[in-house]
Amino acid sequence: MLRSQSPRVVAGRAVLVAGMLMLAVAPWVFGLGTISVLTEFLTMLVLALMWNLLAGYADVVTVGQHAFVGIGAYAFYGFAALAQIRPPAAILLAGLVALALALPAMAIVFRLRAMYLAIGTWVVAELFMLVAGKLSAFGGGSGVSLPLPVLRALGARPAERFIVVYWLALVLAATAFFSTWLLLRSRVGIGLMAMRDNEEGAGAVGVDLVRARMLCFLWTAPFLGLAGAIATLQKLRISPAASFSIIDYTVFVIFNVVIGGVGSLEGPVLGTILFFVLREYLSDFGTWHLMLLGALSIAVILIEPRGLWGLIRRRLARDLVPVSHHGSRL
Amino acid sequence: MLLEVAGLSRSFGRLRVIEDLSLSVQPGEVLGIIGPNGAGKSTLFNLIAGVLPPTAGTIRLSGRDITGLPPWDRCRLGIGRTYQVPRPFAHMSVFENVLVAAVHGSRASLRQGRRRAEAVLALAGLAAQQARTAGALTLLDLKRLELCKALAVAPKLLLLDEIAGGLTEPECATLIGIVRRAQTPDMAVVWIEHVVQTLRRIATRLAVLHDGGVLAEGAPDAVLANSRVQDVYLGTEGR
Repeated sequence: MLRSQSPRVVAGRAVLVAGMLMLAVAPWVFGLGTISVLTEFLTMLVLALMWNLLAGYADVVTVGQHAFVGIGAYAFYGFAALAQIRPPAAILLAGLVALALALPAMAIVFRLRAMYLAIGTWVVAELFMLVAGKLSAFGGGSGVSLPLPVLRALGARPAERFIVVYWLALVLAATAFFSTWLLLRSRVGIGLMAMRDNEEGAGAVGVDLVRARMLCFLWTAPFLGLAGAIATLQKLRISPAASFSIIDYTVFVIFNVVIGGVGSLEGPVLGTILFFVLREYLSDFGTWHLMLLGALSIAVILIEPRGLWGLIRRRLARDLVPVSHHGSRL
Repeated sequence: MLLEVAGLSRSFGRLRVIEDLSLSVQPGEVLGIIGPNGAGKSTLFNLIAGVLPPTAGTIRLSGRDITGLPPWDRCRLGIGRTYQVPRPFAHMSVFENVLVAAVHGSRASLRQGRRRAEAVLALAGLAAQQARTAGALTLLDLKRLELCKALAVAPKLLLLDEIAGGLTEPECATLIGIVRRAQTPDMAVVWIEHVVQTLRRIATRLAVLHDGGVLAEGAPDAVLANSRVQDVYLGTEGR
């Protein structure tokens, strides 16, 4: 379809593509410190994309998504360290375990709606964390470090391993981004966008709200599990408190998506970038950094419920990542 | 029989809004439902469309009991409805609003849905607005869009909830024209309206709702001439 593109949209897409290219050449350009931060950024981006899909489109406002990150971490440890399966396969299996455990979690959580669902997801996440703390083979309550052979399988020296983990995180983030984009462009996706805008109205034109919510819940679980496995490779250990961290894997993620813009693909990306920029500059201020994030997210909700991306989007002719469908041009 | 409602009741707490209501609709007819505010008109639609569960009674569509089905299943079985207060998908384009309905309501692929959406928009005279964001439409166009979404699901039963409300006389005539053009011989329209004159022009049958039940039904002129109807309803309208 040929349409004159507005210069702002072209500029925005250029920034997006430049960012992707930068990520693709990062190992040859940046030092290990930056690579490590970028790995963490990519993992957080996956979590943000998934929370946005659930809360922004399917109206499943979960505060328990750290459960699947932790499950991924523990499953990865089990496969890689205990069963001694090669790390790449162990990562994939961790994603599958997260998907499998999403089924019983969904059976509990989906009996509830809205506020009760949010609390339900939290309770289920706590439950998984408590169970993890009881597994003595996984270090019980204090956790355990990844054994050296697992690390060696990724690379002989730490520097190589940093790069390998970065690539894994990049592949995961790219897969999460592009597959979620394709999902939103599909016939399911147009139903999700309708749900985002008016849930009862979407149901009235035939969008199966229950099935759409279930699909999104099951869609996010393996990605969260894979992210948990990769986060474990970066942190080099598992423990109930750190692997199931509600602050790192849910609260920050909610801040990021809310600040960046809920219910769009660009919003979570923008919010996660902003989070890391703020963290790099403000981490010296300790707790103030968190209070600023909290204040910022409240301010954004009050000014524009669709976040910073909502503010920018008003000045653009269309989305940077096009999810829209057009009729015959007149 | 396309729609058969039998012994339908719905209470909100101790308030009985619909009480033992029975109604049937045949293909090809336009049933107008009038009644004073609070007579239960919108509640009746919400019960038929599946937004509210009834406290008692059954609803059948083409002979099939749909009383326990959720709204999206009823939609796919052939119930298209508009809301009194339009519910556009505000951040999506007019075209996408209708496309959602075409794709999900009539179980079509994106490609088939696209064609259906284009046809419905052309029929309703909304094609020129299709690229606009739905949230930016005027009231008449929002009502047109509501109608387009309901028609895009390929309904056998079209439920119109005060779609002419708030519109001028020529605008009403426009909407009536769209419904006339859209109606096929196997499709029935049930049209709730507060303004009697609009319905008198298009309804083949009229039912008067009062205190949660059907007070009178039949040919429009006969129903409007009914003395009980004039007492409870038209008297207040100052006919």
